[in-house]
Amino acid sequence: MMDRIETREQLQQLREACMAAARKETRKILVCAGTGCVSGGSLDIYAALKAKMEERNIPCEVELAMDPHDDVVGLKKSGCHGFCEMGPLVRIEPQGWLFTKVRLSDVDEIIDSAIVRGEPVERLAYHQNGVIYEKQEEIPFYQKQTRKVLEHCGHIDADSLLEYLSIGGYQSFEKALFDMQPAEIVKEIADSGLRGRGGGGFPAGTKWSQVARQKATPKYIVCNGDEGDPGAFMDRSIMEGDPHRMIEGMMIAGVACGASEGYIYVRAEYPMAVARLRNAIERAEKLGLLGDNILGTDFSFHMHINRGAGAFVCGEGSALTASIEGKRGMPRVKPPRTVEHGLFDRPTVLNNVETFANVASIVKDGAAAFCKVGTPTSSGTKAFALTGNIQNTGLIEVPMGTTLREVVFGVGGGIRGGKKFKAVQIGGPSGGCLTSEHLDLPLDFDSLKKAGAIIGSGGLVVMDEDTCMVEVARFFMNFTQNESCGKCVPCREGTKRMLEILERIVAGKGQEGDIELLEELADTITNTALCGLGKTAANPVVSTIKYFRSEYEAHIRDKRCPAGACARLKRFSIDPEKCKGCSKCARNCPVNAISGEIRKPFVIDAAKCIKCGACITNCAFGAVREE
Amino acid sequence: MNIQELYQCTDDFLEKLGCEEKSLIAVLQAIQEKFSYLPREVFPYLSRKMGLSEATIYGVATFYENFSLEAKGKYVIKVCDGTACHVRKSVPILNKLREELGLSEQQKTTPDQLFTVETVSCLGACGLAPALTVNGEVHPAMTPDKAVELIAELRREA
Repeated sequence: MMDRIETREQLQQLREACMAAARKETRKILVCAGTGCVSGGSLDIYAALKAKMEERNIPCEVELAMDPHDDVVGLKKSGCHGFCEMGPLVRIEPQGWLFTKVRLSDVDEIIDSAIVRGEPVERLAYHQNGVIYEKQEEIPFYQKQTRKVLEHCGHIDADSLLEYLSIGGYQSFEKALFDMQPAEIVKEIADSGLRGRGGGGFPAGTKWSQVARQKATPKYIVCNGDEGDPGAFMDRSIMEGDPHRMIEGMMIAGVACGASEGYIYVRAEYPMAVARLRNAIERAEKLGLLGDNILGTDFSFHMHINRGAGAFVCGEGSALTASIEGKRGMPRVKPPRTVEHGLFDRPTVLNNVETFANVASIVKDGAAAFCKVGTPTSSGTKAFALTGNIQNTGLIEVPMGTTLREVVFGVGGGIRGGKKFKAVQIGGPSGGCLTSEHLDLPLDFDSLKKAGAIIGSGGLVVMDEDTCMVEVARFFMNFTQNESCGKCVPCREGTKRMLEILERIVAGKGQEGDIELLEELADTITNTALCGLGKTAANPVVSTIKYFRSEYEAHIRDKRCPAGACARLKRFSIDPEKCKGCSKCARNCPVNAISGEIRKPFVIDAAKCIKCGACITNCAFGAVREE
Repeated sequence: MNIQELYQCTDDFLEKLGCEEKSLIAVLQAIQEKFSYLPREVFPYLSRKMGLSEATIYGVATFYENFSLEAKGKYVIKVCDGTACHVRKSVPILNKLREELGLSEQQKTTPDQLFTVETVSCLGACGLAPALTVNGEVHPAMTPDKAVELIAELRREA
């Protein structure tokens, strides 16, 4: 590692040198080392590539070589490409080829073909509808995206500060520190219209200016990386794939608001993100980009990482700061707000990972450039985690205001297995569902709010016709109930009662009036709960009742699940035509609900049946029907 | 576990992470990572060292899902039941594992201290749904049958 840099000129020289080195390193193999691909074995593939290249005397460099000899091949571990379903992924540069589902046995062919002969390995390219896409950028999944925040995820070595410098890293921080007044930075962020990407959509510039105004010191910059929404992993990918980008954003916030301490709160479920951030901070400290008197100025900035301990409520601002202070993560009554009395009771800027990751480009290119993308009230892009019953699962980024149809059927490639689109759940346990009537709705903060959903942190779970919406509502209520901190009564007791009613309905024991009772409880909780978790807890129930009331009614009145998903509402019967009377089902029934005479059709006693499905799995003639 | 070892390790962690209240969660995490759970003896000891009441420390330890006051098995299996895994049928996998190991929602660890089965609300590995982890290592695209195979494999390895 290099010596500590003390001046702006030294930083610029180092950046120039890194850029020059990167220009020389034209041939690169990038092995995805995101959580998804690592679990598919990408680190073994990386090790094998390295060993084979050395064995065959092909010069390769794992770190950005500052004095590269010609013909060197860069071999890097990159961050997440977002196309986790097709992993492990390997990208080849300069051609931009993307190899999918790579296995250890493909390593030789990759070296022979892509590196030695310079030819793509067609077999490993992405196929869709009979078309082969060699280049990553040509794949429909990527072609239809606008990657700004995720621009470098998957394209640089996430562990290398030098690589971050080689793509112009810390240029915006440098500009903010030397060429701008703090008030100018705040104004630039305010003019950009950047709104909080964590769910609230509060204008970041307003928050920053409120903290900048405060007289109390010290002030704190806190990054919320407690991405607890089930079905969301945007922040994880940024922290793992481009950690310096987020750190740079926090440092700029420090300059703008006069803070010299930064805290990053990360979920403990993201060990790799924690490791990458730790490494990034360590390297920045060694280089003198973090610490005291940065680049010879009187600006100092120290960064700390706090690991969460498994409490969803800590994603709420005041609970998060309580957790950093070492306390139980419980929200408190607001006001006073975090900008005045935040962490350690001091003025605090609290933004989400993706929000901070947007800052550097706003400072560099200006607010006007940022506003060119998106809608007038929701500028910029938004990353979404596209999951569930969809063809292309993964992390995507599109301009704010892109329609749901474009996301699900364009980027997402439509529903899996040729099934019918039913709904998407957007915004996790605080959000709501959108149905086919919303397919042309633009995804931005205000349009979604009108439709009874929220953009939330960006989890977008796609559901097909086989998904029962009552069960989905129960699932989210179960989650929220588990995660309720217990401080205020409406949330602690109210969610419990709502969950009980929903459990009753999916078990076929719903009663007339249950829907109305759910609505009444929802209304009370929403109006009286203390924090955001409670206030939004009922959203999934309210929105599923609004759009799928008939499904609730079918469960309650007809004891029937229209999607055929609720096991307790299934009915099993034996088709007398197909039944050979072998008695295998009766012998395997755990509750002796099946009876009959050998070689004559058997029958199921519906009163005894517990709907376990053992008869179906054991029937060799397909005679057991399920409806 | 030897009590002296517990105190010694705790002292080391306090030395490294600090004795102030803000270090409490990090200290508890370090102890749990070392011993796989929080032995009850640690509460009075930490109370003296950090100048916090035992009730405060116990309150923090029981508030957060990740802390366990009971010893866990050699293999901690966490079945993801996040939305993406849930809609791709993670519950049958959980049920199969519990059935295979004779466990339930209440009893999470096998008597031989080999397996602990828990759920986790999201691993952020939604692209690989349904997923589970064994001691932190992600196993993608699981099925009930693959889960049974996995158990057999871990038993052989143990």
